[in-house]
Amino acid sequence: MDELLRPLQFEFFRNGLMVATMAGALCGLVGVYVVLKGMSYIGHGLSHAIFGGFAASTLLGINFLLGAGAWGVASALMINGVTRRRVIASDAAIGVITTASFALGLALFAFFDGEGASFDAALFGSILGVGTQDVIAVAVVSVMASALVFLRYRALLFTTFDPEVADVSGVNTARMDALLMLVLAGSILATMKILGVTLIAAALVIPPSVARMLTNSFSRMLWMSATIGALCGFAGMNLSYHLDVQSGPTIVLVAATIFGVIFMATSPLSRRGQRRVRPAA
Amino acid sequence: MTAAGSEELVALAGVTCRYAAEDVLVDVDLDVAPGAFVGVVGPSGSGKTTLLRVIAGSMQPARGTVTRRRGLRIAYVPQVETIDWSFPVTVAQCVLMARVRGRRLPWPSCAERAAVGEILARLDIEHLRDRHIRELSGGQQQRVFIARAMLGEPELLLMDEPTSGVDVRLRHEILHLLDDLNARGLAILLTTHDLNGIAAHLPHVVCLNRTVLGAGRPADVLTPDVLERTYGASMQVLEHGGMPVVVDSFAHRHDPVTGLSDRSVV
Repeated sequence: MDELLRPLQFEFFRNGLMVATMAGALCGLVGVYVVLKGMSYIGHGLSHAIFGGFAASTLLGINFLLGAGAWGVASALMINGVTRRRVIASDAAIGVITTASFALGLALFAFFDGEGASFDAALFGSILGVGTQDVIAVAVVSVMASALVFLRYRALLFTTFDPEVADVSGVNTARMDALLMLVLAGSILATMKILGVTLIAAALVIPPSVARMLTNSFSRMLWMSATIGALCGFAGMNLSYHLDVQSGPTIVLVAATIFGVIFMATSPLSRRGQRRVRPAA
Repeated sequence: MTAAGSEELVALAGVTCRYAAEDVLVDVDLDVAPGAFVGVVGPSGSGKTTLLRVIAGSMQPARGTVTRRRGLRIAYVPQVETIDWSFPVTVAQCVLMARVRGRRLPWPSCAERAAVGEILARLDIEHLRDRHIRELSGGQQQRVFIARAMLGEPELLLMDEPTSGVDVRLRHEILHLLDDLNARGLAILLTTHDLNGIAAHLPHVVCLNRTVLGAGRPADVLTPDVLERTYGASMQVLEHGGMPVVVDSFAHRHDPVTGLSDRSVV
């Protein structure tokens, strides 16, 4: 037991544990909309796009949250605008914007010989660089995301389920989509140091997918996904310390393990459930 | 959009709509009166769904005017094919989505619960209120979305292909339900591909192919001339019990059995 509690005496670990738990819950909450709207690829792409902003702000000496934040917001709005125009396929448009940004980040690091600890941390996550500023950033984004979900619950649900009718019913679906993209960009930005850009997508997708297997109710899916995300963050961070493996991979592996267990556990039930899917009398 | 005190619920005058540079609707004139029951027919890509969007107000015309009666309540039922049936909502949660204005709290008030229960009971699906939407039959699914539309107490119900891909029994069920709602004063405008099963049974039919090519009683509008201009294909119209029955007329260029050519099949 002492061995398990020992890392808590280090401030960096306490910060990392807080950030990982909040980041897991945040990604789990936002991920519900990402998964149900079929935006998983956008989440994946956006995290890569923000890497470009991370590289630029690191090399220019600008505050990471400001530099990458501005970059992330611009990328999010650009992706949102391109996908709503429907001129070219959205996945292709996202691929162009996000991979170009990611490539720019890699090129900037290579050009200025900036590879090192921060480069690895941005890609795969690390608890070493987590400070009070990061704890506050994740807390602020978490509060904002929760407030948005609570205060705009009905409009977001309608927009996610049936955007066309929501539009006719007076919901400003364009604004809801833009708000979701901004929250998604904020979530990625705030959790990037702990999860790493290459693994954030998993934190956004796995907890909601697990929650979806466990419930048919949207409201239950929201809190279940956030709880599963928080558990993965907490357990993954502890494992990261004890196994001496980067935090991003351990958090994602914990989530993937839970997914596998729930998938196996619910498979017979879902098969029975599917047999029940027939016209009700 | 402008509001007017005219008798019509909605009046379209010279409406033209574009997607990118392509005109989808051209100079459309159409009036929808209170209590009307209108079927819009036309081939795929003729602008039927765009017409519904313009009437609903989710799309603005490039030219022309759309005049709605002041304070008009419109509800829209989309094609069921566009619905994500695996989405995690129950019947009651789905219907409650219509209450998106006013109360901000996520959970429904007692009055909202009662209103949902009442509308579900009116459509004979109250016993399904806690079922997941995937666990319903085609007719029940259609009723859920009609219930959602009705929760807003609309004066005009717009429906996009309500009988697309359904069997004859279900088609009758939906038609009877709509007829009942119309008899209680609800104006309905629906789009359909089904000339004989739906359009011929309605009091008013509009033939649309980018523009209105005919409008009026089915017996007056469903004529070979109007149908050929609407669909770009030759059709014959028979009469059965006072109603028009539309029959495809086409010529086999080659009969696979006899090997004969140009055998007329009607």
